[in-house]
Amino acid sequence: MSIRKLLFFNIVRRPLRTFALLFICIVMSAAVFGGAVISASLQNGINSLEQRLGADIIVLPESASEKVKLENILLQGTPGYFYMDKNIENTLAGVDGVDKLSAQYFLVSANAECCTVQVQIIGFDDETDFSVKPWLSEAYSGSLGRNEIVVGSGLSTRVGHTLKLYGVECKAVGKLESTGTGLDTAVYASADTVRDLIKAAESKGISVLSKQSPDDVISSVYIKVKDGYDIDEVAANINLGIDGVQAVRTKSMLTGTADKLSVISGSVTVLIIAVWVLSAVIMLIVFTALVNERKREFAVLRAVGFSRRKLGTQVMSETLVICLIGAVIGIAIASAVVFPFSRLIETQSGLPFLSPGILTSLGYAALAFGAVILTGPLASVYSAYRLSRVDTAKILREGD
Amino acid sequence: MLITAQNITKSYQRKGKTKAPVQVLSNTDLSIESGKVYVILGRSGSGKSTLLNILSGLLTSSTGTVRYDDTDIYSLTDGELSQLRCKRVGYIPQGQSAVGTLTVRENVLLPTAIVGNANGFSRADHLLEQFGLTPLRDARPDELSGGELRRLSIARALINSPDVIFADEPTNDLDEENSRIVFEQLRNAAQSGAAVVIVTHELFAQEFADVVYRMQQGSLIREKGQ
Repeated sequence: MSIRKLLFFNIVRRPLRTFALLFICIVMSAAVFGGAVISASLQNGINSLEQRLGADIIVLPESASEKVKLENILLQGTPGYFYMDKNIENTLAGVDGVDKLSAQYFLVSANAECCTVQVQIIGFDDETDFSVKPWLSEAYSGSLGRNEIVVGSGLSTRVGHTLKLYGVECKAVGKLESTGTGLDTAVYASADTVRDLIKAAESKGISVLSKQSPDDVISSVYIKVKDGYDIDEVAANINLGIDGVQAVRTKSMLTGTADKLSVISGSVTVLIIAVWVLSAVIMLIVFTALVNERKREFAVLRAVGFSRRKLGTQVMSETLVICLIGAVIGIAIASAVVFPFSRLIETQSGLPFLSPGILTSLGYAALAFGAVILTGPLASVYSAYRLSRVDTAKILREGD
Repeated sequence: MLITAQNITKSYQRKGKTKAPVQVLSNTDLSIESGKVYVILGRSGSGKSTLLNILSGLLTSSTGTVRYDDTDIYSLTDGELSQLRCKRVGYIPQGQSAVGTLTVRENVLLPTAIVGNANGFSRADHLLEQFGLTPLRDARPDELSGGELRRLSIARALINSPDVIFADEPTNDLDEENSRIVFEQLRNAAQSGAAVVIVTHELFAQEFADVVYRMQQGSLIREKGQ
């Protein structure tokens, strides 16, 4: 017999009490860890999208619905397309303050074999691009050949494998880093490949695209403004000087999303604090209630020679062990929900969602772990004190 | 001489409005020697249990001293006093005193968790055998009868081979036949060299005693033995 065994028996052989305390610890650690990860993922998503777009200004066709379509493509991965005259690219190049620009062409696939849903195809100019290639995580360092594609991280297609689009076998030569946005499910191709795809679409009778060749139209233009120029001023000049287009500052396009994110992030923080406080209060009540339930047991331990210090340590150790186990289970459950279902959370919330890296996640796990193993023992300090000071003689005299 | 208690008084303050002081023990002296059974008789509330708790160090007297050989227990820290209680004292409290989460054998072994006892397991098995508890060694306390629980308490009190055993109303909830068995076992412990102090209101306990005291109005009156 040892004190450690006594501790073990007290935990294992009081399953209801142990389960109730475990449950509180699990809820607390899952809420703290899950909440922190969700909050960080949303923040990462918006930061990643801003960085990923890489442009100061995005130029779109003038209609308001086109801006909504672009936001849907970027944030929710809802495939879409819209076009404007290709000559606009040349006009934009002449605008004062424009440093770099690169046009993109949006196309939507018929159901591709990789996926059960339609895939966004983005045609980009290999030579002028500054928003796709910097994010390549694998292979492809030269230029894209015919029927070669770069795939988003969310697609199952691996580098070296092929993906059939409108019946055309396209070889994946590169894969992009994860952004936690709709861009993760897109396919990137050169103008030549896009032309082939349109021909294939025509042959399959998808007429909506037949007159919209990348030789004639583009969907959007990404613009990098020269240093020293005011981005708002350049965007205003484009809007005033060029008909049929709208120049949107990338940041302002994301402002709505960022506002939504800050509300959600604030709510998650409030939820974490509420769960934390509530759990601490419940623990305090449970431990205080246990004082009465256990005082005879502790009087017996005192009578057989346990010192006050040993009794206090016993209560604190029991709490600590339960909190440790609860924290680990809570973090495991939250991980099993948040990480594998991040894509679903992104789709459902309509917000970019990029899970933090391993080290950051471990940091949040440590935070949740610390929260639980500090709160539990703190909540039990009072009961540990009371139990270690039981009036042994009086309690033992009271009988059963 | 094993234990010497001198000039022990104990008074409480009543709870409630009056807060009137109650003198439970007054100027009580007692000496306890190894190998003898001491029985303290008296009515309920006469102060018997209070004296026992003071002797075992579970309660502090208002005045007076308690010495174990040359050690004044009031000069010890809580940790030292607890060690002394664990190693030298076997305490059999009133009523049910088994820990519900432990089996019968584990309950008997409980005091060995504090000081360690190399022979703990074999001694526990021997005591279980001696007290007829071997078939119940893996049972939980709630499966035991009152007599079995009492025997468990005695076995636990003996596990560390204490110098003195304090038994507070050890036959409170038992019939005469079981009570006699309990007294017999405590008598046997005394024959093995321990001092046994029994507080009871059972008059036939005197048959097993070397020394009998009666507690009256907070004072001990010797009725039998030296």
